[in-house]
Amino acid sequence: MVQSPDRIGAALALSRFGLGARQGDLEAVSSDPRGALQEEITSRIVPSPSGEELRPTAELLSEFYAFQAAQKEMRERKAAPGAGAAVEGSPQAPMSADQTGKAEAMSSSATMESERAAAPGATMPVNGASAAKPVIPLPQRVFLAEAKARFSGTIHVPRIGFGERLAMFWANHFAVSAAKGVNVRIIAGAFEREAIRPHVFGRFADMLLAVETHPAMLFYLDNQQSFGPNSRAGQNRIRGLNENLAREILELHTLGVNGGYTQDDVTSLARIITGWTVVGREGRLGTPGSFVFFANAHEPGDQRLLGKIYGDAGFEQGRSALLDLARHPATATHLAQKLARHFVSDDPPPALVDKLAKTFKVTDGDLAAVSTALIEAKESWTPELRKIRSPLEFSIALLRATGAKPEPQPVLGGLYAMGQPFWQPAGPNGFSDLLDAWASPEGLKMRMDIANAAANKGADYFDPPEFIETRLGPLLSEETRAAVGHAESRAQGLAIAFMSPEFQRR
Amino acid sequence: MLCETMSPSRRAVLGASGALFAWAFMPRYAKAARGRDARFVTIILRGALDGLTAVPPLGDPDYEALRQSIALHSEGANAALPLDGFFALHPSMPNFARLFQAGQACVVHASATPYRDRSHFDGQDVLESGYEMPGKIDSGWLNRMLIGLPKGEKVAPGAAERAIGLAVGANAPLVIRGSAPVLGWAPALLPPAGDDLALRLMDLYSRRDPRLAHALGEGIATGKIAAGLDKGVRGGPGDPEGMKHLASGAAKLLAQPDGPRVAALAFEGWDTHAQEIGRLGRLLTGLDGAFAAFEQELGPSWKDTAILVATEFGRTARVNGTEGTDHGTGTTAFLVGGAVKGGRVIANWPGLKEAQLRDGRDLAATTDLRAVAKGIAVDLLGASPALLARDVFPGSERVAPLSGLIV
Repeated sequence: MVQSPDRIGAALALSRFGLGARQGDLEAVSSDPRGALQEEITSRIVPSPSGEELRPTAELLSEFYAFQAAQKEMRERKAAPGAGAAVEGSPQAPMSADQTGKAEAMSSSATMESERAAAPGATMPVNGASAAKPVIPLPQRVFLAEAKARFSGTIHVPRIGFGERLAMFWANHFAVSAAKGVNVRIIAGAFEREAIRPHVFGRFADMLLAVETHPAMLFYLDNQQSFGPNSRAGQNRIRGLNENLAREILELHTLGVNGGYTQDDVTSLARIITGWTVVGREGRLGTPGSFVFFANAHEPGDQRLLGKIYGDAGFEQGRSALLDLARHPATATHLAQKLARHFVSDDPPPALVDKLAKTFKVTDGDLAAVSTALIEAKESWTPELRKIRSPLEFSIALLRATGAKPEPQPVLGGLYAMGQPFWQPAGPNGFSDLLDAWASPEGLKMRMDIANAAANKGADYFDPPEFIETRLGPLLSEETRAAVGHAESRAQGLAIAFMSPEFQRR
Repeated sequence: MLCETMSPSRRAVLGASGALFAWAFMPRYAKAARGRDARFVTIILRGALDGLTAVPPLGDPDYEALRQSIALHSEGANAALPLDGFFALHPSMPNFARLFQAGQACVVHASATPYRDRSHFDGQDVLESGYEMPGKIDSGWLNRMLIGLPKGEKVAPGAAERAIGLAVGANAPLVIRGSAPVLGWAPALLPPAGDDLALRLMDLYSRRDPRLAHALGEGIATGKIAAGLDKGVRGGPGDPEGMKHLASGAAKLLAQPDGPRVAALAFEGWDTHAQEIGRLGRLLTGLDGAFAAFEQELGPSWKDTAILVATEFGRTARVNGTEGTDHGTGTTAFLVGGAVKGGRVIANWPGLKEAQLRDGRDLAATTDLRAVAKGIAVDLLGASPALLARDVFPGSERVAPLSGLIV
């Protein structure tokens, strides 16, 4: 059956569920927008970020441990009398003295470090009189490579990019922050590659287990240092309980804050997941930098969580608790609400939330089925553009619309300026998904400055009136056409296109 | 033609976009209480400040046993700064100590909002929305207070786009969001776009997207006021330099004769589950630097200023297994400024014995933060207690304003 072109549907598929239209996307999708989205689900289109720095977590952490040891050694050598000059000139030295100082400041102060990392151009150490080529410290080098693999890689691959949008959604749902410290910074990208992407169209329970056993999450929410008070290690009074991760599993990752758990449940879950940690540099428990269940730190005994007793079966105790949390009805509702709010509107239609929650329950958390339910629901296709693109979505739409594949620093700088520093939310609840958080005076002014800068670069390559027809087409208002058409320069026309309501909203 | 309808100045265009700036007719709020031109700043500390480390009760016999490795002491290296003999101050806050001695700073200890669970995000909702329950996030109490302040003299001609409220930072804190007009300011990091682009976008938005028009209009208006503040300084809200920078920028705007009068800032990173000593040292240094920046930039207006520092809840009384503390209840609030009747720690001290701790784990809360905010609103800004109980902190009739906080 031949369908008449659905140009509005195509534009909505690309902006509401996708990464934004490139040249030619609207035409390619307009014969069957929903079919094109379903095809991305069926074919599991979630591109893999690639690059030589993008290695598995354990490898990255092993290298990081060695990097830390080298820094320490250099500090000690520097402190030794008469050794300074030799170190400065040594070809073996992995960093200049100036950079060592910088890295020290970074490791002792996570936020300072994020500050430097996120500010445009801040990763290039100023090296005084030295002519040596600046070397970016390892954790930041990996972070930049991970960013580049996305902003110049994965986002440009798919026709629509529904899977990529879902990967961003889930990475924000299970937020970690690179500002926690260099150990999280170096594996923030690996976390998203290993724990999020493989499960975007898989089972929620698998994603949950992958997330809560990933070193990035264990570091970020302190679980690698949480010891059962009555465990052998705890009895030695090395360490005790830290309930940070347990609380956020219940409040943010699964049930939701009104999901019916108590302080006792938080403490119980904290005990249940004691011993979930990361192998250290010496590799006494396994491969350095990998997840391990450390039985000596695990709180012995049965635990009661949400009324159910979990027998002390080591790692299994936590695994079965997480599996139960993944299929809890409150989890289904919580996730359905978040998905609908993210894609459709700040106050999503209850009917849509119900459909998603029901699908989640019936399929035991099959995220492909939930994604299909989302695009099949008529409530998802209201022509009114209720959401504003987050700074991350706006930046990606800009890159796709223009085909730009810049070095990552300017993109990261822009995200920082707009209040959404990449993989660095202020808390474990991730970045806000609400219009008011982003349609703020200061936020929009920043967007305007960024649109202006991008337009000045793109002015030689695009004809603004043609640009808006091919990228925004059926969504365009006459007012936007007029404003772009009457601009005083190509650059200004392009800046208006980037800032038009049709480009900003979705 | 667009170019023919374009007004020559931004101010004219902003003034012309009538619906947007209907609030321009809002009278200047009272030079209220005692005829002073008051400034009120609220600083939100996101993540839950450990009040027992910021203002340790060294005189409490149970303090040291609970805190063990993270306990502060009155002597030795890194000794706490003396306050009143019972309470001391974290050594990272020398400015606060100086202001305390000068009678321009005080502490409200064992205080908390009415929220009694332990979720940061719900806790911040309650702290900022002013409602007793989480989930009401349409507006903040500071914004609703602005609406109800007594009207003073009319707005001066030409100051049509003036708003009383100021939201500082890339994300406006909920506490000052709402229907009352609020300016926004965040440090700029890029070369700003030209005025002409802004005017054209204002024109387009006002035809097609009122919500964006509203936000952009205010952003432009404040960007103009704040021009020249941003030379080469960087720093985020969880960084000591960033805190000082945000405070300094806010203070410069508040100091202007036609500038805003009530500001909200948020500083981040206070969730110290592990290795609390080092992290809080940095953060409190930033907060202390922010106080100094306000004092310096406000100049003659400092004497009419009160700054309230509040956080969503406190932390466990006991050190946890990782030299940090987990989510708790009672904590400290700070009051700083020339208008503050300082030099004292206000506390109905609940004690630190097992039975005195909430749920056997948290410092109990004996002072309602809303009483503190209300006390400032009444005595500094001339707000009416009835309005505060009805609109600003709904359901708080039984929480009387704490009097005597303002000189």
